[in-house]
Amino acid sequence: MSLLHINNLTMRFGGLTAVDAVTETIEPLSLAGLIGPNGAGKTTVFNMITGVYQPTEGEILFDALSIVGSNPHEIANQGIARTFQNIRLFPSLSVFDNVRVGFNNASKTGLFGSILQPGRYWTEEKEIADKIDHLLGMFGLLDNRQELAKNLSYGDQRRVEIVRAMATDPKLLLLDEPAAGMNPTEKVELMNLIRYLRDEFKIAILLIEHDMKVVMGICEKIAVLDHGAKIASGTPEEVKNNPEVIKAYLGESG
Amino acid sequence: MEEFLQQLINGLSLGAIYALIALGYTMIYGVLRFINFAHGDVFMIGTYIGFYVLNTAFVQSLGPGAETAVIVFLAAMVGCGLLGVIIEFLAYRPLRNRPKLTVLITAIGVSFFLEYTGQLPFVFGADPRTFPTVVEKTTVLQAGGLVIDSYQIIIFVVAIALMLGLRLLIMKTRIGTALRASSMNLKAASLMGINTNAVISFTFFVGSALAGAGAILYAMSYPKINPLMGILPGLKAFIAAVLGGIGNILGAAVGGFIIGAAETMTAGYISPTLRDAIVFAILIIILIVKPSGLFGRGGTEKV
Amino acid sequence: MSKKNRSYIYLLVGLVAVVGLSFPLEASVNSYDMRIIINIGISMILAASLNLINGFTGQFSLGHAGFMAIGAYTASALTTLVFGSAEGVTQELLFLVVLLAGGITAAIAGLLIGIPSLRLKGDYLAIVTLGFGEIIRVILQNIEPLGGSLGISGIPRYTTFIWTFGILAVLIFISENLMRSTYGRGFLATRDDEIAAESVGVNTTKYKVIAFVIGAFFAGVAGGLYGHYNSLIRPLDFGFLKSVEIVVMVILGGMGSTWGVLLAAALLTYLPEALRKIDLFGVSLSDFRMTIYSLALILLMIFRPQGLLGNFNPKEFAGRFKKNGQSKKSKPAVS
Ligand SMILES: Nc1ncnc2c1ncn2[C@@H]1O[C@H](COP(=O)(O)OP(=O)(O)O)[C@@H](O)[C@H]1O
Ligand SMILES: [Mg+2]
Repeated sequence: MSLLHINNLTMRFGGLTAVDAVTETIEPLSLAGLIGPNGAGKTTVFNMITGVYQPTEGEILFDALSIVGSNPHEIANQGIARTFQNIRLFPSLSVFDNVRVGFNNASKTGLFGSILQPGRYWTEEKEIADKIDHLLGMFGLLDNRQELAKNLSYGDQRRVEIVRAMATDPKLLLLDEPAAGMNPTEKVELMNLIRYLRDEFKIAILLIEHDMKVVMGICEKIAVLDHGAKIASGTPEEVKNNPEVIKAYLGESG
Repeated sequence: MEEFLQQLINGLSLGAIYALIALGYTMIYGVLRFINFAHGDVFMIGTYIGFYVLNTAFVQSLGPGAETAVIVFLAAMVGCGLLGVIIEFLAYRPLRNRPKLTVLITAIGVSFFLEYTGQLPFVFGADPRTFPTVVEKTTVLQAGGLVIDSYQIIIFVVAIALMLGLRLLIMKTRIGTALRASSMNLKAASLMGINTNAVISFTFFVGSALAGAGAILYAMSYPKINPLMGILPGLKAFIAAVLGGIGNILGAAVGGFIIGAAETMTAGYISPTLRDAIVFAILIIILIVKPSGLFGRGGTEKV
Repeated sequence: MSKKNRSYIYLLVGLVAVVGLSFPLEASVNSYDMRIIINIGISMILAASLNLINGFTGQFSLGHAGFMAIGAYTASALTTLVFGSAEGVTQELLFLVVLLAGGITAAIAGLLIGIPSLRLKGDYLAIVTLGFGEIIRVILQNIEPLGGSLGISGIPRYTTFIWTFGILAVLIFISENLMRSTYGRGFLATRDDEIAAESVGVNTTKYKVIAFVIGAFFAGVAGGLYGHYNSLIRPLDFGFLKSVEIVVMVILGGMGSTWGVLLAAALLTYLPEALRKIDLFGVSLSDFRMTIYSLALILLMIFRPQGLLGNFNPKEFAGRFKKNGQSKKSKPAVS
């Protein structure tokens, strides 16, 4: 059974059709890529899957349940986590606390528990802190845990965003241009990290990426969007040689 | 029926004044995306400009009449226009690109500054002043119980003339085109070579000048003025702008008329003490039902 | 002292200090100064409660005086119309009941106002809360049994130093503990970036409503304290100006910084009194109060928008949960 199934997904903004009847499936544990020229509608697809935008038409099934109309936090709690193309960390919080927010839903301490702070509150906070440190350690961010997120380097901010997403214990992770602004070494590290995440946490990952080396290097399956419509999908080899795809990319000279 | 018509006329003439003030809110919001909280106080200053001009020996020697009216309107419009430009330059311009709330709080600060400095004994003083007569009030039309007086005619004529003038200014002139471009996208406009600072100053000048005209019309009809008098008309005009769809010029005009009519009708048919409450109730309803207002276009925030 | 019950120890120390201070104060301070002290306490409760909504959750509310009004009227009406005056322990118990009733009524209003307001942001939310505040005032003006625009008079004076600052201590305990917890970090996440917060499963709507409810509750309690100190409450006491005063305390103190906000509340309540005593060219400086106040606000926004003490110390939080459990030395406050 597929993990995510989108069917005929369409998004219009006034007269502009940003996403045009896209159908696609993501299998559990898969590593998939979504590519296409700028403005093709890739981020808009992410925004619909995560409930930020309401699709104009079409359905989205996650674990065979429709998630259209659910709030973003409900979708997140069902197991879809994401990062943002233009990094959205919590600027006034430390790296540690940014990740801590990702444990918000997992925490069983409610309003009164947090005010009265009985013994089990401290037990849970300790557990959460350990998990955060474990995750930060995996990403080599332990030294930055007390820094304000906004003061980190660009690459580090991107990684904190991934850690924060992982904190929600997702089944599907959506990465929007994770390699943007990274140097070649960082990109290689990132690729290893993405594979590692998939294997270690047994999740599926869908990423939007412009860097073809990254996409072709790690994705098992790739879908191509152009002007909102899906023009191709398949293995990296298939996509690379698809004349439509070549045309879309050459047309944009990117 | 007669009473209803009378209430409607009274309401619409009050609404015409709200509409003039609302235009300033909406124009400024259109360009800078912020609520100029001090706009109602610029309106208040307009009444004081009128008051002092009317009390000069020269204007007094003219006596009430057309010349006096022209002088006092021009003085209030130019005076308020300049005040608007100065406020923007000193208080808001340093905050360009800062969070909206910072600017909103600054605007509250400016508003308080005008209100409370105005109350100082050596400025305007806290006590209400009587606004001198600009032109004599005469009954223009009387049919049964229905009365239309010259002030109401003046209000309609001045308000509609200014609105048409504004429309011409915005649609037919270069600076008007620049203003429209800036309302769509300030950053893009500036990249296209539009001097956005000039456009913003211009917007403040025109918007505040319209409030100045509204101030004279208002003070003619309700000739007790005081430094806090701008608060309520300012808020109501703002609500009119929201009702019409903030940023939308036609909306501000229509919203002004609706708010004026609703207020007068409530006072006449339900209870005078609820005339302010009804306006806030309209605000809350519109924001819950259609936050983009009657003529506004809603959009999805880009993520 | 173990970190686990540190907040309780602080609360206890605070309460003991309040009770301990009350005796020498009641004995030595004249009633004029006592009035200032109580007013400072009430301002602090108002500012700290608005700080929950405005500072921690980022929801700009311009209607806080409306919640205060609801609390003041509920509590004062219960005392004067239902219970009548009492003495001794009965009085203290009744006072607790009416304060809670005022707080709860205000909290319900906070819930009602919070829910529809949540779809709105920034300026719009500010205007809607302003509208709600004004509507509450206008409605109170029109309820004759509550005295209309004359208000309620002859409210017995139950509010004491201990009540005021005891409640303040509880409020500080609640807001500090809350904001430090993983659960409470949801408020700050909502403030910093709603979309990002939702993307990691934070129900931002719920957080905003909770902030409004708790904030309104304490504003209502502060209203009850105000009524039972002033003996007289009128709808005009709770107008837009009052709301703005509270907002300015929060901003001056630095949004989200509890101690900064408390300091600002004290300063802004005390300053007008201090200015009153100074004469300049025959004009009492207190006449300039609002002019100075508004200029200060404008300059503050231009030169120090984060407020006097508005800087977080996030290290403190991470420090509390050091990798192998040992907690490092840390400062006590969120701020
Ligand atoms: N909220 C929105 N309102 C209007 N247009 C939007 C919105 N979000 C995206 N768009 C438009 O939709 C198109 C696709 O955008 P996007 O999905 O961000 O492209 P990509 O991520 O592939 O570069 C663009 O033309 C963009 O301007
Ligand atoms: Mg994109």
